[in-house]
Amino acid sequence: MSTYSEEHLVFLKKAKRRKRLIILTQILIIVVFLAIWQLLASFKLINTFTFSSPWDVVQTTIQLAKTNQLWNHIWVTVYETLISFLLAGGIGLIIATILWWVPFLAKVFDPYLTILNSLPKVALGPLIIIWVGASVNSIIFMALMISVFITIINIYNGFISIDSDYIKLLRSFHASKKEIFLKLILPGNRTNIINSLKINISMSLIGVIMGELLVSKQGLGYLIMYGSQVFNINLVITAVVILGIVSYLMYYVINWIEKKSS
Amino acid sequence: MKPILTIQHLTKNYHDKKSEMTAIQDISLDVKENEFLAIVGPSGCGKSTLLSILAGLDTASKGKITFGKENLKIGYMLQKDSLFPWRTILENCYLGLEINHNLNDVTKKRVIDLLTTYGLGDFMDKYPDSLSGGMRQRVALIRTLAIDPDILLLDEAFSALDYCTRLALSDDVYQIIKKEGKTAIMVTHDLGEAISMADRIIVLSKRPSKIKTEYVIEMKDKSTPINNRKCPEFSIYYDKIWRDLDVHL
Ligand SMILES: Nc1ncnc2c1ncn2[C@@H]1O[C@H](COP(=O)(O)OP(=O)(O)OP(=O)(O)O)[C@@H](O)[C@H]1O
Ligand SMILES: [Mg+2]
Repeated sequence: MSTYSEEHLVFLKKAKRRKRLIILTQILIIVVFLAIWQLLASFKLINTFTFSSPWDVVQTTIQLAKTNQLWNHIWVTVYETLISFLLAGGIGLIIATILWWVPFLAKVFDPYLTILNSLPKVALGPLIIIWVGASVNSIIFMALMISVFITIINIYNGFISIDSDYIKLLRSFHASKKEIFLKLILPGNRTNIINSLKINISMSLIGVIMGELLVSKQGLGYLIMYGSQVFNINLVITAVVILGIVSYLMYYVINWIEKKSS
Repeated sequence: MKPILTIQHLTKNYHDKKSEMTAIQDISLDVKENEFLAIVGPSGCGKSTLLSILAGLDTASKGKITFGKENLKIGYMLQKDSLFPWRTILENCYLGLEINHNLNDVTKKRVIDLLTTYGLGDFMDKYPDSLSGGMRQRVALIRTLAIDPDILLLDEAFSALDYCTRLALSDDVYQIIKKEGKTAIMVTHDLGEAISMADRIIVLSKRPSKIKTEYVIEMKDKSTPINNRKCPEFSIYYDKIWRDLDVHL
């Protein structure tokens, strides 16, 4: 069985202790933050009407859960984000492949992609609502606009940054373009594609919330918007907290899939 | 005997926006079967260009290349081993066969035998990053040999390695090439490497490069590259070729 030396055991122990210390400190930070916030609120040093308090957030969450709205709002936001994520991932991969395949098109579309990517998409919000209509579709469209261009650009840049010696090698075996793509470009870009998907999921979520703030009847963005209109700060902050947890979980799931598939 | 490769009046021009440049001018050359030919020449004279035209990766501007055999296969080995990090050593060696749609039990066995014969049997299922530079380059050679090429092109194949590994590997590679009965054309900066390994050396001139001189390497006690370096003829050739190269700093 394990025949680790004394020294190695000490090393392992140290590494373990260090990891535990990091997690402990992380928990401590959030606990202290919540405690201070709660104390400030309880002793009326801050106005709970504008700053809410951890306890109020918990109450609001329970309220939302009881009336069954909580899961509905979360689900709507997650659903819209996933649709946008999948569309942007699929479209991004396909277009990046086409651009790699036909360098002429890549050259032609280069400035347009740059413009479309750097344009602040919120500016398109009103137009999107007019064109697509005040519906879930316009939220997904908004999110797609935000996530798809950066996905195309990142994946494409990964494709063309493959070392030319690898391509030379394959060409010396008389590989076709399709074989170069399947045997080299795609497998050589595994990490790059996963990283693009990580950015894509964050971008999709940003886009969905932006869309929900502009036009929606459901979703976490809607809760934030509605809460601020009726000046229910508890609701706004609760929605923001839940949003933070949701976005962390989404990221976590992608990381998990990455680890699983490697 | 009919040469395995004949190059006639080969010329290569490169164009860019500002100018036209002649890299190779009117090179004619015969290579015999089983011959080990080395090409030396000043930096940037067009040696790599010549090899990539022979490998079919680039086209000549003028001239003709004829092969002494139908469906002749060419193996190309570069300075970088270019092993795919996501493939095992064995899978890397299968690459050429996969692309030529020639991966079957017979060819698989041949690759495995090659790896075993040349000391890589224990590493077949390892990934390239666990191998040393010299071993990786040996894998690259076997990947090239896997398609059973008639002619091997080596472009500075050892120059990324440290001196000792390089000497040892050139000995290995020389023996592998001779044992497998291959024709080889090697480009190198290292005169010692060229003289100790080659049967014949072509010295190219500065750009636009032509054939400047040609040496048939004859040594009384010719054996392996490392031993050849100790032959008295070695330093004579070295001096002559060094003068031909006419290096000015
Ligand atoms: N694709 C290309 N387009 C334009 N010029 C090129 C191209 N490839 C090579 N050249 C030029 O042709 C000349 C010969 O290049 P080549 O790489 O064949 O030289 P080399 O003899 O192999 O040099 P080195 O000894 O440094 O490896 C160089 O001046 C190089 O700049
Ligand atoms: Mg070169």
